Amino acid sequence: METVFKRPKSLIDVPFHYCPGCTHGIVHRLVAEAIDELGIEGRTVGIAPVGCSVMAYDYFACDMIEAAHGRAPAVATGVKRSDPDNLIVFTYQGDGDLASIGTAETVHAAARNENITVIFINNAIYGMTGGQMAPTSLPGQVTQTSPYGRDPKACGYPVKICEMLSELQGPEYLERVTVNNVKNVRNAKRAIKKAFQNQIDGKGFSLIEVLSSCPTNWGMTPKDALKWIDDHMIPYYPLGVYKDRSNGIDKFAAKED
Amino acid sequence: MARLTFRTDECKGCGLCIDACPKGILRLSEETINKKGHHPAECVDMEACVGCTSCAMMCPDCIITVER
Amino acid sequence: MSEKVLMKGNEAIAEAAIMAGCRHYFGYPITPQTEIAAYMAKRMPKIGGTFLQAESEIAAINMVYGVSSAGKRVMTSSSSPGISLKGEGISYLAGTDLPAVIVNAQRGGPGLGGIQPSQSDYFQATRGGGHGDYHIIVLAPSSVQEMAELTIKAFELADEYLMPAMVLADGTTGQMMEPVSFDFEIKEPPAKPWATTGTKCERPHNIANSLYLDPEKLERINNERYKRYEIVKEKEAKAEEYLTEDAEIVVTGFGIAARIARNAVDEARAKGIKAGLIRPITLWPFPDKPFKKAAEHAKRFISVELSMGQMIEDVKLATECRVPVDLCYRVGGMIPSPAQVLESIEKAAQEVK
Repeated sequence: METVFKRPKSLIDVPFHYCPGCTHGIVHRLVAEAIDELGIEGRTVGIAPVGCSVMAYDYFACDMIEAAHGRAPAVATGVKRSDPDNLIVFTYQGDGDLASIGTAETVHAAARNENITVIFINNAIYGMTGGQMAPTSLPGQVTQTSPYGRDPKACGYPVKICEMLSELQGPEYLERVTVNNVKNVRNAKRAIKKAFQNQIDGKGFSLIEVLSSCPTNWGMTPKDALKWIDDHMIPYYPLGVYKDRSNGIDKFAAKED
Repeated sequence: MARLTFRTDECKGCGLCIDACPKGILRLSEETINKKGHHPAECVDMEACVGCTSCAMMCPDCIITVER
Repeated sequence: MSEKVLMKGNEAIAEAAIMAGCRHYFGYPITPQTEIAAYMAKRMPKIGGTFLQAESEIAAINMVYGVSSAGKRVMTSSSSPGISLKGEGISYLAGTDLPAVIVNAQRGGPGLGGIQPSQSDYFQATRGGGHGDYHIIVLAPSSVQEMAELTIKAFELADEYLMPAMVLADGTTGQMMEPVSFDFEIKEPPAKPWATTGTKCERPHNIANSLYLDPEKLERINNERYKRYEIVKEKEAKAEEYLTEDAEIVVTGFGIAARIARNAVDEARAKGIKAGLIRPITLWPFPDKPFKKAAEHAKRFISVELSMGQMIEDVKLATECRVPVDLCYRVGGMIPSPAQVLESIEKAAQEVK
């Protein structure tokens, strides 16, 4: 018999600290699989954020850096520029990190088409601090700091990162995926691998937004949480490619010619 | 013919593998409690497993190895 | 003798950084230090380096953090309000034990303050500036030559002690032009086996991190860092002494204040007052020793500052308050004149008679 599925090599063999059913683990594995398949572990540097995945530096076998809250794209910019021909640099960030406190760093790394790979976990809540409203929490979503449901009149509407960044001429590739069933996991894997391949090819800023679940803070079973992604998140955050400059998915394409 | 291996002590009993299995042959063990205090996932009919890797694809803790 | 070139202080800093092997600079425009960024923008592309105008001071210091993690010499510069923004990143650099050079061409504060010279970031610089227990090395140039010299020194010390180093200049020293010699011997930077340069699959992964959720470990890390600070204090504290041996009135000041004070000391001596000057060159570590020694014979200290009185506290600590310390100051971008300092000296001389 042949082993057809095992833990990827670039994922260190230690148990994750994540809650049962948290999809961070799936995305970690997909990132590690992409690194393994592209043979880049030895020249990859990952940047961990502040949030639930703060300790991602303990899980990836490549060199890792822990960034201040929201600053991962700036840190990644520094690392990448220190050795642009050799290093492969990725950030792994949650919604509070990337879409709230680190919005400026995200937008400007994208605008510069910084040649890095950004993995963006959107689970519509602050997990690490115990379930507060995120920039991506849905209208009406009940959280610890929106106990009567997110009221757009008082706290605005969610930030749609892929849509927003696709308005910039800079970035190479923006895609929103999810990992709530096997088919979607396979698709997320393809997108993440492409985001790394783009960097290897020198194409520039690639961001994969992964709609993820937080069963603990959503107050659901892991199974129900995955269904909630289908029923509530995907309608608000449609899946798909928002920009793929090399393949003509780019509202600026005509202007560039 | 296929074989699933679970790193039982690292299972958190989330059950996502169970829902992913097209053959319906996975369950959370009723008898066993692992080191973490969870009822871990197990396969009740290995003969029926086709090695599709769906369970492993959905496992957030990456504890399933699939051979075929 | 090597050739001297006439240069602005800010430009001397930039050129010295390049000499020191710095090939990465990240900045954000703010008066009065923008010449550093402009100089780097011109030079870096010509020598295969990186100049990047960041989207904010916060982003700039985090880019510095990235390059430093990857083991390369790197610098940013700003002025007071911008340094406040960098405070978070400086704390992370210190907590991760990473070397980096930060230039602060101080301007008057607080808040947006003004754009004229100041020394009112002394506390911020010498006490760390961000959150947590830490220090950074703080060097205070008082001439364009020293702007260059101490910038190189900052890179060397940062690498040696694995901590950020700041060149604490001000609007005056940054803008003034003086002849400067770049005849420096540059030491090879030490090996950085901790750097995140990719494992090449040949070693366990390196992690650049300041998070320790285990309180015992965090305590141990802090204690170890402070042991290193003790070595820095012991070995690196530096001051220039002028006519202090028999001085009854010891004037002190750093940077531009020291230049003014020195003129006043000369004038006081001409009038028969036994005045001297201690000019701290390192502000952290503070050069306690010359102050302790002078306190044995001095009757009065005068701290000359472009602040409401910040360094004066370190003078009192260094002398254990054995001798009274007067403050001679201007703020808001105003600069004390030699006449004002002389007046303070004469007043003190009168009082100690």
